Amino acid sequence: MSETVTLEVLRYLPETDSEPHFQRYTVPFRDDWVVLDALNHVKDNLDATLSYRWSCHMAVCGSCGMMINNEPKLSCHTFLRDYRGGVVRIEPLDHFPIERDLVIVMDSFMDKLSGVKPWLIPKQEKPLSEGEYLQSPAELNVFHQYTQCINCVLCYAACPQVGLNADFVGPAALALAHRYNLDSRDGGKDARAETVASNEGIWECTFVGACSQVCPKNVDPAAAIQQTKISASVDWLKDLLTPGAHR
Amino acid sequence: MDVIEIDVAIIGAGGAGLRAAIAVAEADPALTLALISKVYPMRSHTVAAEGGAAGVIKDNDSLDNHFHDTVSGGDWLCDQDAVELFVNTAPVELLQLEHWGCPWSREANGRVAVRPFGGMKIERTWYAADKTGFHILHTLFQTSLKYPSIKRFDEYYSTDLIVEDGRCTGVVAIEMRSGRMMAFRAKAVVIATGGAGRIFPFTTNGAIKTGDGMAMAYRAGVMLKDMEFMQYHPTGLPGTGILITEGSRGEGGILVNKDGYRYLQDYNLGPPDPWPRKKAMELGPRDRLSQAFWHEQQKGRTIKTPQGDVVHLDIRQLGEKMINERLPMVRELAKAYVGVDPVHEMIPVRPVVHYTMGGIHTDIDTATSLPGLFAAGECACVSINGANRLGSNSLAEIVVFGARAGRSAAAFAKSHPKPATGATAAEAAQANLRDLFAREGGSDTVSGLRKAMNDTMESGAGIYRSADTLRQTCGALADLRTRYRKIQLQDRSNVFNTDLIQTLELGCMLDVAEAMAHSALERRESRGSHQRLEYPTRDDANYLKHSLARYRGADPPSISYLDVVITKSQPAERVYGGAAHE
Amino acid sequence: MNRRPYVRKVERNWWLQHPRYVAYMIRELTSLFVGLYCALLTIGLIRLVQGHAAWDGFVAAFSSPAGVIFQWLCLVFAVYHSVTWFALTPKAMPLMVRGEPVPGKWIVGAHYLAWAAVSAVVLIVAGV
Repeated sequence: MSETVTLEVLRYLPETDSEPHFQRYTVPFRDDWVVLDALNHVKDNLDATLSYRWSCHMAVCGSCGMMINNEPKLSCHTFLRDYRGGVVRIEPLDHFPIERDLVIVMDSFMDKLSGVKPWLIPKQEKPLSEGEYLQSPAELNVFHQYTQCINCVLCYAACPQVGLNADFVGPAALALAHRYNLDSRDGGKDARAETVASNEGIWECTFVGACSQVCPKNVDPAAAIQQTKISASVDWLKDLLTPGAHR
Repeated sequence: MDVIEIDVAIIGAGGAGLRAAIAVAEADPALTLALISKVYPMRSHTVAAEGGAAGVIKDNDSLDNHFHDTVSGGDWLCDQDAVELFVNTAPVELLQLEHWGCPWSREANGRVAVRPFGGMKIERTWYAADKTGFHILHTLFQTSLKYPSIKRFDEYYSTDLIVEDGRCTGVVAIEMRSGRMMAFRAKAVVIATGGAGRIFPFTTNGAIKTGDGMAMAYRAGVMLKDMEFMQYHPTGLPGTGILITEGSRGEGGILVNKDGYRYLQDYNLGPPDPWPRKKAMELGPRDRLSQAFWHEQQKGRTIKTPQGDVVHLDIRQLGEKMINERLPMVRELAKAYVGVDPVHEMIPVRPVVHYTMGGIHTDIDTATSLPGLFAAGECACVSINGANRLGSNSLAEIVVFGARAGRSAAAFAKSHPKPATGATAAEAAQANLRDLFAREGGSDTVSGLRKAMNDTMESGAGIYRSADTLRQTCGALADLRTRYRKIQLQDRSNVFNTDLIQTLELGCMLDVAEAMAHSALERRESRGSHQRLEYPTRDDANYLKHSLARYRGADPPSISYLDVVITKSQPAERVYGGAAHE
Repeated sequence: MNRRPYVRKVERNWWLQHPRYVAYMIRELTSLFVGLYCALLTIGLIRLVQGHAAWDGFVAAFSSPAGVIFQWLCLVFAVYHSVTWFALTPKAMPLMVRGEPVPGKWIVGAHYLAWAAVSAVVLIVAGV
């Protein structure tokens, strides 16, 4: 009898279930399988009704975030070999409503993302005919890590403040705002401040740091938020001492 | 059924779709626009592209060079007027991305940097580390958020085009979260739904690459062009098929067989000069490299692994610093998925299906033969890629033709009246869905039919094909399509029913696969990525033409031909490596 | 309408569900003790101003067994607070020198050096 793994998956079919409930599946163990491969095996061979999101299978599209043994992870980047001999508990990401099975409702995140104005607001407009904005490798280095976010929202699942305050703008959105604020071509910090430096923005964060711990891309949103707190405070002080001068 | 009336509907929110949406919004903010996608835009497969986007900007380069590289790379099956337009526009569009904030890698002087890439005799590939597609997609998505006229319909699965009085007047889609069907009545429709790599078992493509838009256009009477040309990327990871970018060879990686021998020199791609050299062996075009693997496999010189035969990609000589700077994702992927740190060990790789050269037949303005319907990106075939696409031309293609499609669609919407109701077409789509839900007694499963399709395509329509293998595959596909029409759902719920979506996607793949197999059977020559064992050479006299597949319902497609547009470059021999030096 | 999204409630004991949250709550709790100690020092200053008797009473209270235990607790928690705080400083204040990021441990090290320097000054002034 070859080795197997037991999955304990949270199911929820809104048209028939009053509440979510666990369902167990036994899948073969393969050394190079990730949890996503195990779920695909379930869907293809055992239970076609299991619903979950996935696409790239290489940790870059951000679709497949789930709670795996109580930890927010990308199921395509979580290896079965690390869970041998136990039960693998799979649930939808924390802090989001469950649409169905492992599928969460993403609406609040999408709104929070657009709310921080995550697009380049150039310091100096420049026509295309004049070529590219010059940016040295050192200047690119300053904000590069904050460009790596794949919008997987594992950080929202990890952050207790997101859990306790539904309006908190949240780690990924704030890290993205910081990415643009640090971009040498950008001059939009003030335009973003209304959302970013608000009570639901950076000031809701108490530096738990869980977001950065679970981030699969080492974006370090916690760092982004603390740096934004410092810069927002400095801006506030500047405004107090010399109103309107730095705009 | 709920009806939404808009000026322009765009199906697909990857690089091409987002670029088209921005183009419509900029052409006229008063135009109403629906951007419909079966996934959130950041999940589109553009995100997985790694190496770069080609555009002429350096002084040592010229548009003519890019033109000639592309045309010869495509084995002269490219429409040269389209290629000319493409190479002229690519630098403008890539610069536009930079102005929108794309974090292109830079030279010390602050200008955008370029790297060498396969089949390009002069380096012109703009890159953002080794995650260019990711950065392009996120730049476009984030930029799209500033246009209020772009209304997104995320996680809506489009099932059918609405065609009335010979005009495309909209699309029917399922709102995945509720299962409700809605009709988008539009004056102009753009399809930007990507390729169909999931038809094959080993592919770099994500789950969503199922050729939905190609199938929709095909069923609505639009021809699918050059479907026999499927690109195998030479360096995918065994098992998962995960892409290891051509950039790793661009930076100096080499390919060796089980004897540690740089085998490409045996296939007219040599000489095996030490790196760096732009015309070096490993930077040959993808079709040639994948074919070389097949030959090595026949000779027993590949390395056997539990996930199949592989060769080795060696980038150790680049050193840790350069790998971390230019190929960080390659390092991460190799470590995570095959347990190899490329700084110290060689990466096992094999050719995997990567790109669909063929697609919806369009003209140079992205218009199809159906008035009101446009297509851009991998789902379309203009054709600028011909029989084989050069790496880094696709990321440039999506923005060049995405923008063009947006502008064409906007112009069409402004110059045409609102369409008639379209009620009949929409009701037919709804009836089909109800039938599917009601169907009982089926014995096949989606996964079973899908696997059978994958297997027959790989064995019969892989890197090397023959009349026998292709006829077998055509027969198998006809049988699968018949069985598909009897398939029943295993999940009959309404909320986020992924069994339903996978069933519909399978239907699209089967139709598109049949077009691929029949087009391949009819092309009795070898050109680019289509290789026939019994016709090993190129036959310009008979086949300097595009194949056109016409949908015939339950019957197999009919194949006809269309001349290739030749302007400046007469077909010649494709020469790579040292021979190209002379 | 077919949809019925299910909202999972966050329990009161959410912070007991994972070691990282327990560690966080302990860290936050230590700031309570830091704050308390500062308040007591302030009271000490007030007593000093109020004259010898008040000051002596304050010192006596601080020297009592309960007072000593409390101060040890505050010392332990204040050290824990400082150690965790220092460890996080590279995130809040990244430094770039000539285009390259300064390694985090130098920033943390600089904080310890500064702490040692200030402590040395205080001890010297206190006549230790």
